[in-house]
Amino acid sequence: MLLQVLGEALSRAFDLPFPGPVMGMMLLLLALRWEPLQVVVSTTAPWLLSHLSLLFVPVGVGVMSHLSVISDFGWQIALVILLSTWAGMIATLAVLRFGRDRQGASRA
Amino acid sequence: MPDFVELWIYLSATPLFGLTATLLVYLVANAVYEGLGQHPLANPVLWSVIVLTTGLIALGVPYPSYFSGAQFIHFLLGPAVVALAWPLWVRRAELKRHAVRLLLAAIAGGAVASLSAVGLAYAMGLPWEIVLSLVPKSVTAPVAMGIAEKIGGQPALSAVFAVLTGLVGALSGKYLFDWFRVPRDQAGWPARGFALGTVSHGIGSARAIQVNSDAGAYAGLALGLQVILSALLIPLVFRWIS
Repeated sequence: MLLQVLGEALSRAFDLPFPGPVMGMMLLLLALRWEPLQVVVSTTAPWLLSHLSLLFVPVGVGVMSHLSVISDFGWQIALVILLSTWAGMIATLAVLRFGRDRQGASRA
Repeated sequence: MPDFVELWIYLSATPLFGLTATLLVYLVANAVYEGLGQHPLANPVLWSVIVLTTGLIALGVPYPSYFSGAQFIHFLLGPAVVALAWPLWVRRAELKRHAVRLLLAAIAGGAVASLSAVGLAYAMGLPWEIVLSLVPKSVTAPVAMGIAEKIGGQPALSAVFAVLTGLVGALSGKYLFDWFRVPRDQAGWPARGFALGTVSHGIGSARAIQVNSDAGAYAGLALGLQVILSALLIPLVFRWIS
């Protein structure tokens, strides 16, 4: 836990287009080669991640309090978000599947 | 009765209120979700947000005073993203083998999600400001706000769109994947998770983590990739167009 916070603070020091936590994630991925760290992270990380949904609640509440901003175009926006979200997921799946078929073919 | 009112005024003004309310509501929402066999429509994020928003409005508690307590939970979001490195480390050999395919899928999914939203919104004649704010909607909310600022969108709108996109993915992903016959096995879980994480970022990943650990790990990877790709590519593409 302390190490994660430290990682975040460290990453904030870099002035890159990525936000601190993502830099922290990449740093931690590199740092995990160090075995004592693996022991600590192997217990804290799964615990923190199992509560990931909870962590989004405050942001979500903030967003819903601003819903009036989009109420003028409510249904259009709802439709746009719904369709584009599905399109994006289908595209991701399609590429993943295409890769798998090709791999399978080369093996056969 | 006046005592109660006084107590209430005192409590609602302390940070403890936001913190306790969030934890309590989430615990109940999560218990219901588990009780219903993790039904996607019982999503604990969605219901906690609905209950808390309604409650805050009904009680007349302004968002900032709620957030003064809830920020302690919000703060953990950063370390949680850092913690996503762990499931990736555990699967590092497997990920290296599929690196190219995963990267291509992340680019394709992010691009399609973003471009289809922009195209549809433009076709429906939505204001330009809204169209621009839809661009980074497949990135986790804080990053989406940063990107929106760079390309001339509205950060607050982008955060709304990002959260809605996350919820749509978490709620409907299961049905979409079943419809496309993505199997629920060793081969299928990573694909399901990766697609959810690519398009529906953190909220989608949270759902994936609860359902299956492989799906969760790949969702986390996709979430991270999407942040990096979007933060780099979206502003670049915009500079190139204009």
